[in-house]
Amino acid sequence: MLNRRNFLTAAVGVAAAGGLAACAKEDEGSSTSSSGGSGGKKLTLGFSQVGSESGWRSANTDSVKASAKEAGYKLQFSDAQQKQENQISAIRGFIAQKVDVIAFSPVVVTGWDAVLKEAKAKKIPVVLTDRSVETSDESLYVTLVGSDFTDEGRRAARILEKVLEKAGHKGAVKIAQLEGTTGAAPAIERAKGFKEVMDADHKDDWKIVVSQTGDFTRAGGKQVMAAFLQSNPDIDVLFAHNDDMGIGAIQAIEAAGKKPGKDILIVTVDGVKDGFVAMSEGKINAIVECNPLLGPQLMEVVQKVKDGETVERWIKTKESDFMQDQAKEALPTRKY
Amino acid sequence: MTTTPRWRALTHHNLFWPVVVLVVLLLVNVPFTPDFFSIRMTNGHLHGSLVSIVLFGSPLILVAVGMTLVIATGGIDLSVGAVVAITGALTCSYISDQSDQSALSGVFFAIGIGLLAAVVCGLWNGFLVARMGIQPIIATLIIMVAGRGVAQLVTDGQIITINSEPYKLIGGGYWLTLPFSIFVVAAVVAVTVVLTRKTALGLLVESVGGNAEASRLVGIRSRRIKIMVYVFCALCAGIAGLMISSNTSAADGNNAGLWIELDAILAVVIGGTSLLGGRFSIGGTVIGALVIQTLTTTIYTIGVPTQTNLVFKAAVVIVVCLLQSPKFRAKAFGGRFGNKPGAKGGTGQPAVAPAQTAKTTEAAPKMEVS
Repeated sequence: MLNRRNFLTAAVGVAAAGGLAACAKEDEGSSTSSSGGSGGKKLTLGFSQVGSESGWRSANTDSVKASAKEAGYKLQFSDAQQKQENQISAIRGFIAQKVDVIAFSPVVVTGWDAVLKEAKAKKIPVVLTDRSVETSDESLYVTLVGSDFTDEGRRAARILEKVLEKAGHKGAVKIAQLEGTTGAAPAIERAKGFKEVMDADHKDDWKIVVSQTGDFTRAGGKQVMAAFLQSNPDIDVLFAHNDDMGIGAIQAIEAAGKKPGKDILIVTVDGVKDGFVAMSEGKINAIVECNPLLGPQLMEVVQKVKDGETVERWIKTKESDFMQDQAKEALPTRKY
Repeated sequence: MTTTPRWRALTHHNLFWPVVVLVVLLLVNVPFTPDFFSIRMTNGHLHGSLVSIVLFGSPLILVAVGMTLVIATGGIDLSVGAVVAITGALTCSYISDQSDQSALSGVFFAIGIGLLAAVVCGLWNGFLVARMGIQPIIATLIIMVAGRGVAQLVTDGQIITINSEPYKLIGGGYWLTLPFSIFVVAAVVAVTVVLTRKTALGLLVESVGGNAEASRLVGIRSRRIKIMVYVFCALCAGIAGLMISSNTSAADGNNAGLWIELDAILAVVIGGTSLLGGRFSIGGTVIGALVIQTLTTTIYTIGVPTQTNLVFKAAVVIVVCLLQSPKFRAKAFGGRFGNKPGAKGGTGQPAVAPAQTAKTTEAAPKMEVS
């Protein structure tokens, strides 16, 4: 009891040291990325990342770091660890350091006006990556480099048409949908895009019989799919909002004694490595890519913005769709 | 309606309401899925909703059983979710480094490493709570926050996929046509019940929870008991971590066991254990965990729209907690179910002084409602 205070201090110290260790790890990346490059005054880019919550995100971070190094820019990298206040203070830091361009993936949609106005007052252009923000003043950011989630939903529906044709499926199609985290933009928009195509072209033959969130995780996908198979044993197609849920669902389908990719056709979004592995084994029928490797495109835009060229308001990430026969070929090239 | 003594004894049994809720929840599924209770053989193992509920609920039961003992000492362990993540991450990353992932020796060694890490976490929690006198909620918060970071450090922020048949058995495999995890859970629950009810250990845990200082003065080593329950709780969480990672053959440092601590506390409360400590019911906790898992499965099978999932869950939880409160029952149903609040107490006899017993039983309903 006597040394409770001392101990608490020590405990906080330990926790802080852990935090520092994490920071140090982060710094290694940014310090290496600032070396190398062409002569003259290097362009400085301040980049604030959401955090490192998934494999997709780490691939995104690596891509930004690598392409900044390649382009010869000085990169100030900061990890917001999923917190808006960290991100705001990082952006303030970039403004104080007078970087040439600020880029960031906003943690949340709202609450950016004040800090973006500070950047505008100092004439530092802001580029959003991956996710968008809601703001009263559209001039606060120059452009968004990122995926069009609604279009990913539409592409998923279009590729499903091909999958059905290839499988020789005729007549009514009963679809089960595994949604992402409730309220997350990718979940809402992927469902919206898919439904758009369905309502337009397949009003009579396609039907989503069950739809439920699997929280973008394997465990979630597996558990929800197990329940789906119980309540609707005659599902023809599974549309999963990401690969991980699809992989979980595959295990549930196998446990129920059915063949994923044959008895139940599966279309997923993302294109992570494990998804491609499953597709090359014939368990996923098609994958709609959501590309995290937007570093090169971002650097291109940063250069244009710095040179004062006008750019589009939304620069969409270059993405492709993959059918099963392309899986083996594409697998070795998947970086994440 | 006349109340026969047998009926009264039944309704006043501490497991009566949790079991009623469980049965009602199961029956709700029938109109939506007529063959909800059917179990059939598929590929040489049993398959059906009931099997799924036990399979997917196994990790929660384990974590909740460990949590029960911690709560019985008047503590709480928020770090179990992080321990789940650390154990899964360490074990899977070790297995994934092996050239032959299915080699039994490698798998056992990996499991050993994972469980050892869990025990270390438990020792740390117990040390902070029992030796340093830090509030349990704060002490275990440290690993809850930092532990997930450690798990991500181990997995490098990636999801580690493994391909190991022996490891898959723990959480996703079948033995004697039943999910293997059922046997693991049964073993852990049996050992816990025997240790706490056939030896004096349960009594000691309850007495520490009732009044740690008084227990120490009568010669019980309160601190040692506390450290023991935190280690046991972490070990249970560790086994749950093995199960969760084995179930999907992957370690996800970010999502494995996320918020499982809250579900576990809820399971303990539904099972009739007082958050104030001093009494506990392992059987109640198992039923509580099954109620939560059945609720989740029910949401999926009856097709509650995604956006209203949590509202539906909240409504059921509120009803369950209210039914658990003798005071509420007395008000709502009159004397039939509700009189003599807490008359039966836990399955174990309260081991503390009469004044203390009165205090815990009187305060318990309040905690359960909140």
